[in-house]
Amino acid sequence: MTKQEEKGTYGLMAEFDSPSAIVAAARRTYEAGYRRINAYSPYPIEELAEAIGFHHSLVPLVTLIGGVLGALGGFGLQYWTSAIAYPLNVGGRPLLSLPAFIPVTFECTILLASFGAFLGNLLMNRLPQPYHPVFNVPSFARASQDRYFLCVKSDDPKFNDAETRAFLAGLGAKEVSNVES
Amino acid sequence: MAEAAQAIQKKEEYVDPRPPVVGPGQDFNSITRKIGDIVLMRGFKKGWVFGFAIVFLGSIMLFNTIAYLVLEGVGIWGNSIPVAWAFDIINFVWWIGIGHAGTLISAILLLLRQSWRNSINRFAEAMTLFAVACAGLFPALHTGRPWMDYYLFPLPNTMGMWPNFRSPLMWDVFAVSTYATVSLLFWFMGLIPDFATMRDTARKKWQKVVFAMLALGWRGDARHWHRYETAYLLLAGLSTPLVLSVHTIVSFDFSTGIVPGWHATIFPPYFVAGAVYAGFAMVLTLAIPVRKFYGLEDFITMRHIRNCCKVMLATGLIVAYGYAMEAFFGWYSGNTYELFMMKNRMFGPYGFLYWLLILCNVVVPWILWSKKMRDNLTVVFIVCMFINVGMWLERFVIIVMSLNRDFNPAAWRMYYPTVYDFTMFFGTVGFFLTLMFLFIRFVPMIPIFEMKTLLPESKVDESKVEEHVNGKETAPIGTSPLPQFGD
Repeated sequence: MTKQEEKGTYGLMAEFDSPSAIVAAARRTYEAGYRRINAYSPYPIEELAEAIGFHHSLVPLVTLIGGVLGALGGFGLQYWTSAIAYPLNVGGRPLLSLPAFIPVTFECTILLASFGAFLGNLLMNRLPQPYHPVFNVPSFARASQDRYFLCVKSDDPKFNDAETRAFLAGLGAKEVSNVES
Repeated sequence: MAEAAQAIQKKEEYVDPRPPVVGPGQDFNSITRKIGDIVLMRGFKKGWVFGFAIVFLGSIMLFNTIAYLVLEGVGIWGNSIPVAWAFDIINFVWWIGIGHAGTLISAILLLLRQSWRNSINRFAEAMTLFAVACAGLFPALHTGRPWMDYYLFPLPNTMGMWPNFRSPLMWDVFAVSTYATVSLLFWFMGLIPDFATMRDTARKKWQKVVFAMLALGWRGDARHWHRYETAYLLLAGLSTPLVLSVHTIVSFDFSTGIVPGWHATIFPPYFVAGAVYAGFAMVLTLAIPVRKFYGLEDFITMRHIRNCCKVMLATGLIVAYGYAMEAFFGWYSGNTYELFMMKNRMFGPYGFLYWLLILCNVVVPWILWSKKMRDNLTVVFIVCMFINVGMWLERFVIIVMSLNRDFNPAAWRMYYPTVYDFTMFFGTVGFFLTLMFLFIRFVPMIPIFEMKTLLPESKVDESKVEEHVNGKETAPIGTSPLPQFGD
C-alpha cells in the first residue's frame, strides 16, 4: 500500500445503477457540503449537471464570439480585397457591392461560430486528455455503458477518507472505490 | 380552472399510439452490444467483403478516369460550347443535394425534437460527408487544371490578385467548403462519446488504443456532457441555416445567369426542397439494405421508414410545384426565349428526358400516399431508386437543356456525353459506396449514447429520486462482472 500512498488519492468513486439513484446521490452529496464533486454517466443527464452545481457553460459565449469574428472577418476580407487591394471596375458598379458580399459573410459567420462551439466545448472540457485518474478504477469502463459514477475529490475541504467513504456507501452506492492519482 | 385541470389530467393519460422508436426488449447493454459488435467483430462478413469488392472496383474506375482526365484535359468529356457545364455540374449538384438530407436529419430534426432521428442521424451525416466529397471532385476537376485550384481561395500572391467575391462561383467555394467542414465537426462531435464506449468495450489492445485516441479521453463527466449538449445544439442551430444557404447558393450559380431556364426566382426554395427529396431517397436506399443485412430492425424501425416516406412526399410536392411554376413562368413571362425554352424542354430533342423526370419525381413517388405501400420495403426501395434517377435527370434538364439551345440558333449544339462522363459518374457512386462500406464496418453507425436516451430506463424519475433522497438506503452489494463484448 505504500506505493499507493505515495501516489496519493484523487478521490472516492461511488458506483450507481440507475439515473434516479445517481441524481439523488449527487443532490445529497451537494447538500452535505461537498463541492469538489463530479458525476459520470453513459449519456447526458440534465438533472445530474445541476445536482452537482453546474448550471452555466461558456460555450454559447465562445460560439457568439466566433460568429462575430467570422462576420467581421468575412466581410472585411471581401471589402479589403474588392475595394482596396484589388479594385475591379465592372461597368462602373460600386466597389463595395454589399448584396454580393452577403453569402460569403454569412458562410464565414457560420464557419467560425461552428469552430467556436466545437473548440469551445473541447477546450473547456480540457480534451483531448489521454490520461485521467478516474480511469484507474477498474469498473469505470462501465461509465460509458450502463453505470453511473459519483466522485468526491480528495481536495474537497470536507473530504475525509473514512467519513466520505461511509457517506457515499450510505447513499446506496453499489461500490465505493479509491481513485489513485 | 377545473376544465384546465381536466385537460392536464387527460394529457397525462395520453398514450402515444405510434410504435416506439426502439424495438421492444432492448436495454443499455443490448444496444452497446448490437451496434458495437458490428465494429468490434473479428474478421469480415462475407456479404460485406463481396459488396466492398464491387464498390471498390468503382472507386478504381474513378481514380483511373481522374488520372486520364488530368493527363488529357477536360476534352475527354462531352462538354463543348455552348454546353460548357454538363455531367460535371449535374453530378456536383446531385451529390450536394444528396448530402442535404444528412444535415436535415441531424440538425433540423434535432431542433424540432424529433427523437426518431437518433438512430439514423449518424448514418445520414456520414452520407453527407461522403456525398460532399464526391460533389467537390467535379468542380475541382472541371477547372481543367486542378493543380491550380488554390486560386479559388483568397490566398495572398505575388501578383496581388484576389478572387472576385461578386461571382456566385466564389460563393459556392465558400458555401461548399464551409458545409464540408461544419458537417465534419458535427459528425465527429457526435462520435466522441461513442468512441469512448468502443474504447471501453474493445478487447484487443490495438482497438483500445485507436478508439482511445479518437475518443480524446472522453469520460462522460456531467460537466462535459452539459457543455457537449450545448455545443451540439448550437452546431445544429448553425447547420440549419447553413444547409439552406448551401443549396440556395448552388442555385444562384444558375439563377444569377440570364440563360432562359436558369434565370428564375423560384430556384432557391425549389433547389433546397429537391435536395432534401433526393437526400431522403438516398438515406432509404442505403438504410433499407443495411438494416436488413445487420439485423438493425429494432433501431431503424418501420416508423423511421414511414417518416422518411412522408418527408419525401412533402418535399416531392414542393418539387412538383417547382416544375409547374417553371412552366408557368415560361408562359407568363411572354418572353420568346423563355417560351421557346419550355417548349424545347418538353418537346425538343431531349424531350423524353423531361417526361422521364416527371415520371420519376412526380408520378411514381405518389404511390407512397398509400399507407400499405409505405409499409412495403420493396416498393419504398424501388420508389427511392426512381427518385435518385429523377433528381439526376432534373439537373440534366435544367443545365444541359437550357444551354444547348439559348438565344442564337447559330450557336445551338447538341450535347452527348462520352464514356468518360459515365465512368466518372459511376466512379463517384462507387467511391461513395466504398466510403459507406468502410464507415459501416469501422465506425458505430448508430449513435449508441443517443439510442440509450430513448430507453425509458434512461430517464430520471423524480419520484424515485425523492425516495432515494429520503434515506431509503440500500446496502452495497459489491460489483457485478464487467460485460465483455467484441468477439
